[in-house]
Amino acid sequence: MSDSMRELLSKTVTNLKPSGIRKFFDVAKEIPDCVSLGVGEPDFDTPWHIREAGIEALKSGKTFYTSNAGMPELRKEICDYKKKKMGLTYDPMKEVFISVGGSEAIDVALRALLNPGDEVVFVEPCFVSYLPCIVMAGGIPVSIPLKEENEFRLTPQELEAALTPKTKVLMISFPNNPTGAIMEREDLEKIAEIVIAHNLIVISDEIYSELTYKSEHVSIASLPGMQERTIVIDGFSKAFAMTGWRLGYALGNAEIMEQMIKIHQFAIMCAPTVSQYAAVKAMKDGEKDVVMMRESYNQRRKYLMNEFRKLDLPCFEPYGAFYAFPNISEFGMTSEEFATRLLHEEKLAVVPGSAFGECGEGFIRVSYAYSIEELKEAMRRMGKFIKSLRSK
Amino acid sequence: MEQKKTEQILHLLAKDSRLTNQEIAVMLDSTEDEVAETVHQLEKDKIICGYHTLVDWNKVNDEDVTAVVELRVTPQGGDGYERIAEKIKDFPQVETLYLMSGTYDFLVMIKGTTLKEISLFVSGNLASMEEVQSTTTHFALTKYKELGVSFATPKSDKRMVVTP
Repeated sequence: MSDSMRELLSKTVTNLKPSGIRKFFDVAKEIPDCVSLGVGEPDFDTPWHIREAGIEALKSGKTFYTSNAGMPELRKEICDYKKKKMGLTYDPMKEVFISVGGSEAIDVALRALLNPGDEVVFVEPCFVSYLPCIVMAGGIPVSIPLKEENEFRLTPQELEAALTPKTKVLMISFPNNPTGAIMEREDLEKIAEIVIAHNLIVISDEIYSELTYKSEHVSIASLPGMQERTIVIDGFSKAFAMTGWRLGYALGNAEIMEQMIKIHQFAIMCAPTVSQYAAVKAMKDGEKDVVMMRESYNQRRKYLMNEFRKLDLPCFEPYGAFYAFPNISEFGMTSEEFATRLLHEEKLAVVPGSAFGECGEGFIRVSYAYSIEELKEAMRRMGKFIKSLRSK
Repeated sequence: MEQKKTEQILHLLAKDSRLTNQEIAVMLDSTEDEVAETVHQLEKDKIICGYHTLVDWNKVNDEDVTAVVELRVTPQGGDGYERIAEKIKDFPQVETLYLMSGTYDFLVMIKGTTLKEISLFVSGNLASMEEVQSTTTHFALTKYKELGVSFATPKSDKRMVVTP
C-alpha cells in the first residue's frame, strides 16, 4: 500500500498493538507434534442436546432475524437463570440483551458509556480485548496492575489510587482470564463502597462465573446499591462449551441497555438465530452438563497444581476459570522468551503472561481445559524443560 | 469414604484405569491410602470388575471375528432365565451376555478367529441346549466405536493451538 493511502487508515486503530497471542499463535501452529496448553476455551464438545436444539432450529427453518435485543424466550430464560444464581431480578424486556459473544457486549457497553477523554480503570492481567476496546470507544485506559501477593485480587487501596475526577468506569473480570483469580464477597464489598462513593459504573465480565472451585461466584451487581450501576457481561461460551456459537449477553439498568441495544442494532442487527435456539435449551436443561464439566476442571486443576508443586514451580492457587498462572521469574528471562523456548525445545505451547498486560511479565498462562492424559504429557515436557534450565 | 467421592473414583477409573492412587488422591482432595482402601473394597465387592485396555484388534490382525447371536429360549420355572444365563456365560467364547426385552431373550456376543469356529460353537454349544428354541447369528463387519471411543477417526483437538 502506498504511503498516501496508508495515511487514510484510522490513527486510533493503526496505533493499537496487535494481540500478543496472535503473534504466538502464528509460531505455535507451525510446530508439528506440538502439545498445547494454550487454549482459552473448553475441550468439551457442546452437550449433544444443545447441539440438537440448534440442528432442530435449522431443520425447521428458523433462519430469520430475531428482535434486536434477542429472542424474548431466551431473554426470559436468562433472567430466570440469573435470578436463581445471583438472586437479582432483571426485566427480560428491558434489562438484558443478547450479544455476539461476551466480547461484543464489552465493546458495546464501553461505547454506550464513554465520551472522549473519560477514564476507564481496568485490572490487568486481563483478557486481550479490554484495552483496545476502551481506546476504540474514545476512552483513556487506566490499568491497575494486580499483584501475585494479593492472589491477583483487586484491593481497595489499588482502586483508590487509580481514580481521578475523570474516572467513569471500572472494568473487572473475575473469575479472571489469565490468572484464574476470583474475588469473594468481602473483597467486592470494599470495592463496591468506593464505586458508589465515586459515582462510577462497573462493567463486570463474568463469563467464567460458572467455573469457580472454592465458593459460589458472587457478582458485584448483587451487593447493595450495585445492581443499577453494574453491567454484567456473561455468555454461553465457557459454561456450556459453546465458544463457536458466538453468544453472550449483558444485564443491567434499562436506560443503559437501551443505548447498548441501539449500537448493537446498527452494528450487528441481532445475534445468530440458530445459536439463540440452542441457548434456550442450554438455559433450560444444561445445568447438569455444567456441573459435570466443572467437576472435571476441578480435578484437572488439582492435578496441575500438584504437578507444579512437584516441579517446585511457584503458582498461587487459582480458584476460577480454567487457568493457572505460574511464576517463572526465577529463570531470568521474559515470559515470551520462556514460552518461545518451551515451544521450540519441548514442543509445548503456553501463553506468555505479558500477552495479558505488562504486569503479566514473569508469568505464563497454563490452561487446564485438557484431558488428564494431555496434562500428564505436557507436565512431563515442562519438567524436562525446567530441569534443563535449572541445571545451567 | 463418602459416596460422592467413591463415584468420582469410579468415573475416573472407568475412563482411564492407568491413573495411580496417588493421582486420584490429588484430584479428589483425598489421601493415597484412602483411595487404595476404597478401590480395594470396590474390587472385592465386584463393583470394579476388571481393568481392560481398549484395543482395535483389526489394526493388529484381520483374524478376529465378532458375532452377535440372538437366542430365543423356553425358561423352565421361576428362575429359568438365570439358570440359562449361568450356563451360557461359562463358555469362554462368550464375551458379553444380556437378557433382553423384545423379540428374543438373550443377546450373546462371541469372539472367535474364524466364521467356521463361531458357527460350530453356536450350533454345537448354544443351539443344542434343550432350552434354546432358535438362534440367529449376525457377524460384525466393521467396528467403529466401543465404550464411547471412536476407532476410525484419529484423536484430534478441534481447537486452534493458541487462543485468548
